[in-house]
Amino acid sequence: MGPVYLDHNATSPLRPVARRALLAALDEVGNPSSVHAFGRRARRRLEEARETLAARLGVDAERIVFTAGGTEANHLVLAQATGPVLVSAVEHPSVLENAPDAGRIPVDHGGRVDLAALERRLAGGGVALVSVMWANNETGVIQPVAEIAALCRRHGVRFHTDAAQAVGRLPLDLGALGADWVTLSAHKFGGPVGIGALVAGPEAEVRPVLRGGGQERGRRAGTENVPAAAGFAAALAAVEAEEWRRMAALRDRFEAALGAAVPEAVVIAADVPRLPNTSAVALPGVPAELLVIRLDLEGVMVSAGSACSSGRVRRSHVLEAMGLPPDLAGSTVRVSLGPATSEEELARAVDAFARVARDPLVRRALRTTWEEEPSRAP
Amino acid sequence: MSAIPTLHLPGVPPGARVVVAMSGGVDSSLAAALVVRAGYEAVGVTLQLYDHGAATGRPGTCCAGRDIRDARRVADHLAIPHYVLDFEARFRRAVIDDFVDTYLAGRTPVPCVRCNQRIKFRDLLEVARGLGAAALVTGHYVRRVEGPEGPELHVAADPRKDQSWFLFATTREQLAFCHFPLGGLTKDETRRIAAVLGLPTARKAESQDICFVPDGDHVRLVERLRPDAATPGEIVHVEEGRVLGRHGGIHRYTVGQRRGLGVATGERLYVVAIDARRHRVLVGPRRATLTRALIMEAVNWLAGPPPPERRIEARHRHNEPAVPARVEPADDGRVRVVFEAPESGVAPGQACVLYEGTRVLGGGWIAAVEPAGGKAGSAPTGGTPAVAQP
Repeated sequence: MGPVYLDHNATSPLRPVARRALLAALDEVGNPSSVHAFGRRARRRLEEARETLAARLGVDAERIVFTAGGTEANHLVLAQATGPVLVSAVEHPSVLENAPDAGRIPVDHGGRVDLAALERRLAGGGVALVSVMWANNETGVIQPVAEIAALCRRHGVRFHTDAAQAVGRLPLDLGALGADWVTLSAHKFGGPVGIGALVAGPEAEVRPVLRGGGQERGRRAGTENVPAAAGFAAALAAVEAEEWRRMAALRDRFEAALGAAVPEAVVIAADVPRLPNTSAVALPGVPAELLVIRLDLEGVMVSAGSACSSGRVRRSHVLEAMGLPPDLAGSTVRVSLGPATSEEELARAVDAFARVARDPLVRRALRTTWEEEPSRAP
Repeated sequence: MSAIPTLHLPGVPPGARVVVAMSGGVDSSLAAALVVRAGYEAVGVTLQLYDHGAATGRPGTCCAGRDIRDARRVADHLAIPHYVLDFEARFRRAVIDDFVDTYLAGRTPVPCVRCNQRIKFRDLLEVARGLGAAALVTGHYVRRVEGPEGPELHVAADPRKDQSWFLFATTREQLAFCHFPLGGLTKDETRRIAAVLGLPTARKAESQDICFVPDGDHVRLVERLRPDAATPGEIVHVEEGRVLGRHGGIHRYTVGQRRGLGVATGERLYVVAIDARRHRVLVGPRRATLTRALIMEAVNWLAGPPPPERRIEARHRHNEPAVPARVEPADDGRVRVVFEAPESGVAPGQACVLYEGTRVLGGGWIAAVEPAGGKAGSAPTGGTPAVAQP
């Protein structure tokens, strides 16, 4: 029995078609900026990738600016702000930390942006840019982005949505959405790591942050990552709506089975629209850090909170913003499925959760504090 | 070349899961390697204890200091799982705040004992149990010996590296779960074996005395965390009652300290006592620092308390040798330790650890000292140390 990988919101395995496209391009020399035949061939690959993505996303190809990933796209879009920025309280750190002075739009208990609060802020005037993610990486909660886009348009405010988790997992018609900018990332749905895009709406510009080369129509300098772009496009082209239905059904069965095996388990945001692959579950009384480690030692890989580069787990600002009590937030882990996740793997995950939940020693750990020391200290 | 010792963990089933506390230093690295070689399922755990950037005065560095990265490298080298646990809030409360509060109470803290007592052998130990481990292994230089009544704690084979003084607060129940593979090795042997095994930390420099005060300037730390701490006060001669000068805060002084008193007299003066209530530093000649007995509290017995007539040995400071003493019960569950010959530099807040031969019998926190000149009055618990007032 191999390990069970349930952390696709962190990164998802490369799809075979994406791998083939990537490898084919990797073996071809050529800089898209070069005049000669190999340069033209590379340029053609790049533009084919852009067109494939554009067709899938319902936008003009020229509106797509390739970046090194979702983080860079978020950084780039926040650099476009000409005035005060509003972001949701549950954004990814790549938004929050690139807009440290931004106002925070609260979310409700289901993790969805409080539209009335947003409208009040917009009516107050002075806002230049609103950034609300399409779907949350920790809970899978889908934001009412169409309503937010309409609200922003009504108030003449630019709107950006980070669709890093949504792309490849939801139908995305960016043309119909009417956002000014959309962030994409390839590796969450089976494209390669190291590529993403910022898609600009028809009236939105992209002023470069990286300069010096004129690539991407002057919007993002640096030699284009042609193989990654080819893999990105191939991966998105391979996504089928059937995968989503399948993942949603498996996810729902997982949650039901977990509830049966561990009755005290709580599914976070169970009653609001979520990504088909994401389940944030809490085992009250079991610290999330330990749950993740125990499950890992049993060969089941999930995540908790947002891990920093040291692997240390921090308390989730997302669950906090949703008003979850600290003990529940501190017991929540994220289970995220991929298109190849099987029923059997999820059954093993449920078994592992149940074994950990039944172990009284797990509940005891990290609950003790030294104040309980029986002996008196000086 | 040193032979690589074969590890046997008494009471731990072969192949059982064992958590190794990996600090990123060579000692715990070798401990982990020996656990792996012995065929146990090693799981490395490193505790994030404090913000490395803030502690080194270089904010903006990542939360993970060099030690965490080193621990991860060693774990990767050994091909074992490794996890970092965020213990910052606990460490702040249980160790750093205690460190500051102890200084401000006119005592001299021992943060490493607090960390062992409250973090490593308490919270981390519970984590190890929670991870399904059968034992917790650390790189401390102490020996666990299986005695007729259960595991005993003994000093390390290398007396220069012995860390038993820092582990006196380990309870018998905790000791039963803990193992110390380096207790029989010298530091040189540890380094040689680590090098033979190719451990990336084999040549790493020794860590600081107090990890969260890497520049050694505890005064600055106390004043940063408690900006109102630097209450000035008088420096008073303990025998003559004379005010010799003023000081910038009692946290700058430790009983037994000779240098940096900031008073100029012909006499060689030592800090004899610190009166936190009146913000006074009491100084005097060496004879005034001599102590016949001390009262220790929060006593932990790893062996039963010895009868009052038995001659044992006591160590009231990490760097001092153990000296002959006897113990007797005092009020409130405290214990009176009577030295055979007067001792100097016995500082309230430090630990006093009792030994019989190589075995650690137990220990406690020094609450009060009795000057050699005569028995002190009753020491108020947790208050100022009992000293002869001028």
